[in-house]
Amino acid sequence: MEVVIKADKLTKRFGDFIATNEITFEVRKGEIFGFLGANGAGKTTAMRMLCGLSIPSSGNATIAGFDVYKETEMIKKNIGYMSQKFSLYEDLTVIENIQFFGGIYGLSNKQLKSKSEELINQLGLQSETKKLVGSLPLGWKQKLSFSVAVLHEPKIVFLDEPTGGVDPVTRRQFWDLIYEAAEKGITIFVTTHYMDEAEYCNRISIMVDGRIGALDTPGNLKKQFSAGSMDEVFYELARGAKRGD
Amino acid sequence: MMEAVTLNNITKTYGKEKAVAVDNVSFSVNRGELFGLIGPDGAGKSSIFRMLTTLLLPDGGTATVDGFDVVKNYIEIRNTVGYMPGKFSLYQDLTIEENLNFFATVFGTTVEENYDLIRDIYVQIEPFKNRRAGKLSGGMKQKLALCCALIHKPTVLFLDEPTTGVDPVSRKEFWEMLKRLKAQNITIVVSTPYMDEATLCDRIALIQNGKILGIDTPDNIVKSFDGNLYNIRATKMYNLLRDLSAYQQTASCYAFGEYLHLSLKQDDEKTKTELLNHLKNGGHTEIEMLPVTATIEDCFIKLLKN
Repeated sequence: MEVVIKADKLTKRFGDFIATNEITFEVRKGEIFGFLGANGAGKTTAMRMLCGLSIPSSGNATIAGFDVYKETEMIKKNIGYMSQKFSLYEDLTVIENIQFFGGIYGLSNKQLKSKSEELINQLGLQSETKKLVGSLPLGWKQKLSFSVAVLHEPKIVFLDEPTGGVDPVTRRQFWDLIYEAAEKGITIFVTTHYMDEAEYCNRISIMVDGRIGALDTPGNLKKQFSAGSMDEVFYELARGAKRGD
Repeated sequence: MMEAVTLNNITKTYGKEKAVAVDNVSFSVNRGELFGLIGPDGAGKSSIFRMLTTLLLPDGGTATVDGFDVVKNYIEIRNTVGYMPGKFSLYQDLTIEENLNFFATVFGTTVEENYDLIRDIYVQIEPFKNRRAGKLSGGMKQKLALCCALIHKPTVLFLDEPTTGVDPVSRKEFWEMLKRLKAQNITIVVSTPYMDEATLCDRIALIQNGKILGIDTPDNIVKSFDGNLYNIRATKMYNLLRDLSAYQQTASCYAFGEYLHLSLKQDDEKTKTELLNHLKNGGHTEIEMLPVTATIEDCFIKLLKN
């Protein structure tokens, strides 16, 4: 199976503080990889390095085959990114957002036209295309935002707490989109604080104090920690953390 | 007086379009109760909090806090309640200690006078008391905000989404703090988008699109879930979900952690056997199907779909 994310002793220091400490792991093509950890465990720092936004202090990593030191611009072209905090421009309309982000990722006018139509039909947003994104309910925004993040068919999409605050029905619709993207071969790298969502991932890693405390399938992790749920696994690992948020 | 908070047909609209944020909401909170407003972003939770803390005027209906009317007696209410907004609202350029002293002084008291109430929480951030609030981590900000909301010994404490974006371990710790506060006879009204936190409240109101979907104890809400619910899983979970969603006897089916939650239109042995055969014929392997007790999240999903 093709490896699309490969991290080898990847480390980031801020002065004396080691935010991410020698993390080593691989993610395969089409995999849904859950990236878990308590607040302050080093997830965001790790993710920023993997997205080519922050140069590591030491260690190596390749994303879609590109080096995180030298080929950050190529990395950015080959990934999609969505977070709960920043996703779309609220004062642009639905269609304007799609065209803006599609344009940024270098889609041609022809591609943009067919892609936007496809996306709008898929999400059932036909009558909302000229509405400002700010006026849409949060659940819609999140679904639209995800679709925009995968518009240019990236190899990997990074999702940073994509479902925070969303109602339980919309949260599940969001995961349907994730599964569909994964089936198309897009690799999903996702962080979440909902432990039931950890179960939807093929494999998950749990960061503790800058290191990867555990990494396996949800089933194997539960066995390893003799736990009935991912909640217990998380609690067992994160409870021992020295570094508070 | 038994009731710490009452709302009668409270309505709030915004803008020229009169977009309805809170739609004819009525409920009351008993003295000493830990009451949860459970619902997603945009449900109207913050608008309710802002009306009860007199920061926003209702368009219709009446509400009281401690027996005081939220419109006429807003000064009394402001003196007696504690409020922790969803957005961090302390002074970023004051230190932990300065913020706390400031809020104590504004309410005409001192940190020493009510120190008992905040001790448990404050000791966790005390080592950093000379650090500016703007430089604190999310968890520490949250603890400081709670201390500041408590320092005048409020009768009612309003906490708007105190645990949003907080990891499961810190969330658990936060709820343990709330339980200790409740033991000191403070009425607590708290909102959260996390369904699992609902079970930690005495009573909850489920809210969506400005409307209350149900109010009761978490136990009663769960008990009122009618019909059977099953945990079901097989090797290929996403295919299983798709096949079950398309199956004629399926009433509802959705992902729920490592299982799917399934309810059937007709719940008898024959239907179940037919279903299992259908799945086996469809190529599913290692099928497991067991009855399961509904959770608050199941009830919420059901209410949303109705």
